[in-house]
Amino acid sequence: MFPFIFEWVWDMSHIVFMGGLWYALSIIGLGMTYCLIKAIADTAGIGIGGHHHDDHH
Amino acid sequence: MDSALIPEGVKRCSVGKFLIFLGVVGAVLLWGVFAMLLCWIKGLNQTNMNDYYGFALWIWADLAVIALGGGAFFTGFLRYIIGKDELKNIINYAVLIGFICYSSALLILAIDIGQPLRGWFIFWHANVHSMLTEVAFCLSCYFGVLTIEYLPLILENRQLEKVPFFHHLSHNMHEIMAVFAATGAFLSFFHQGSLGGVSGVLFGRPFGYREGIFIWPWTFFLFTWSAAACGPCFTILITKITEKVTRKKLVKDNVIELLAKISGWMLATYTIAKILDTWYWASVTAPSKGFWVLDFYSNNPFYGPWILVLEIIICGVLPALILITESGRKSKPALLLAVILAAIGVSVNRWVMVLQVMAVPVMPFDSWYMYFPSWQEIATTILPVAYGVILIGLSHRYLPIFPQEKELNPVD
Repeated sequence: MFPFIFEWVWDMSHIVFMGGLWYALSIIGLGMTYCLIKAIADTAGIGIGGHHHDDHH
Repeated sequence: MDSALIPEGVKRCSVGKFLIFLGVVGAVLLWGVFAMLLCWIKGLNQTNMNDYYGFALWIWADLAVIALGGGAFFTGFLRYIIGKDELKNIINYAVLIGFICYSSALLILAIDIGQPLRGWFIFWHANVHSMLTEVAFCLSCYFGVLTIEYLPLILENRQLEKVPFFHHLSHNMHEIMAVFAATGAFLSFFHQGSLGGVSGVLFGRPFGYREGIFIWPWTFFLFTWSAAACGPCFTILITKITEKVTRKKLVKDNVIELLAKISGWMLATYTIAKILDTWYWASVTAPSKGFWVLDFYSNNPFYGPWILVLEIIICGVLPALILITESGRKSKPALLLAVILAAIGVSVNRWVMVLQVMAVPVMPFDSWYMYFPSWQEIATTILPVAYGVILIGLSHRYLPIFPQEKELNPVD
C-alpha cells in the first residue's frame, strides 16, 4: 500500500506498519543492487571499491 | 555422471543411489502436492477445520517451522553481529534449514488461505491494526533475506563459480552479509514476537491472554526468546541426523558445543521466564477473568495437564540443564537428547498456543471441542518435510555447505 492509494490514512498505524515494510524492503533492495552493480563492474574489470579476496564464509 | 558438479575434495554416493533416495522422498512429495491441489481446486472443505478451529494443523505446523527455523537468524546474529567466528562453520547449514523452514511456512500459508491468488491483498489492503499483518510483512521480507543468504552458496557450486559474474556476485554478497543478517535479525524479532502476540492479545480467550508492556503481551517476547533458544538446537539436530545419514563428521565438536552452550543459556533463561509467566497467569490473570487454572485442561487425549509438564519441565528444564553443563554438552547421547527435547518443547508450545487456545470452552454452554486433521491436511503438512529432505540432499551433494568437511574427511 502506498500513500497515494485511496485506502491510505495518515495515522501512526499506517506510518509504522508500512514505513517498516518499505524500510526493510529498501535495505534489501539497495543491498542487492549494490552487489549486482559491483559484480558487473568487477566482471568488466572496473574497480568500484573494496578489495578482492577469496576468504568467504 | 555428475562428478563435475560435486565440490572438489569430498566424496558422495553414486548417482544411482542418490536417484533412488530422490525417488522415494519424491513420492511422498507428490502425495503432498496431490493433497495441495485438492485443497486449491476443491477448496477448504477438504480439511476438518470448522468454526471452532479456524486455525488448525497448518497454523501449528507454520508456527513450529518458523520457531525451528529461528536457528538461521540467531546463528546469523551471533556470527555477523556478535562476532562468534567459529560459527562460520555451521552458518551455511543454519541458513539452508532456515530457508527450508520459511519457504515451507509460506507454502503452508498459501494452502491455508484457500485463495492463493489473493495472497497479495495482505500487502495492498493491509489491516494495520493486526499483528498478523506484521507477521506477513516480516515473514515475506525475511524469506527474501534468507534467499539472499542462500544464493551465494548456490553460486559457489563448482561449475557456476567458473562464471566470472557469478563468482563476483557471490563474493560481493558475502562482503555485505552482515547488513542482510542484521535486517534478518530485526525482521525475525518482530515476526516471531507477533506470532506470540496474536494469542496474547485475545482477551476473550483467557487461556492465551497475557498482560505485557505497551501493546506487546508477554507472549510476544516469549515466542522470540524460545525461537532463538530452540532454533539453533534444531540446527544441531539436523546436522547430527545428516552426519548419521552420510556417515561422516561434517562439523567439528567445538562449533557444535559453542552453539549448544549459547542455546542452553537462552533456553534456561527462557524457561525461567516461561515459568514466571505461567505462575502469574495461573494465579493472577486467569482468576481475574473468572477461571481457575485447571479449567483450561481436560482429561481428553490432546489437552491434559500433562502437556504443561511436558512443555516446561521435560522439554524445557531438562534440556536446558544438559546444555548449560559442560559434561552434558560433551556427552553425545545427552546432547542429542537435549536438542530433540528442545525441538519438541517449542513445537508443543506452539501447539498449545494455537490449538488449545481454541479448544478451551469459554462460554457456559461450550464444551471441549476435539479436532483431528483430514488426510489432506496431514499430507500437505508432510509435504514440506519431503521438500526439505530433497533440498538438503541436493545442497549437500552439489554445494559446499560444510566448510570443515574436507578437513574432517580427507579423500585419498
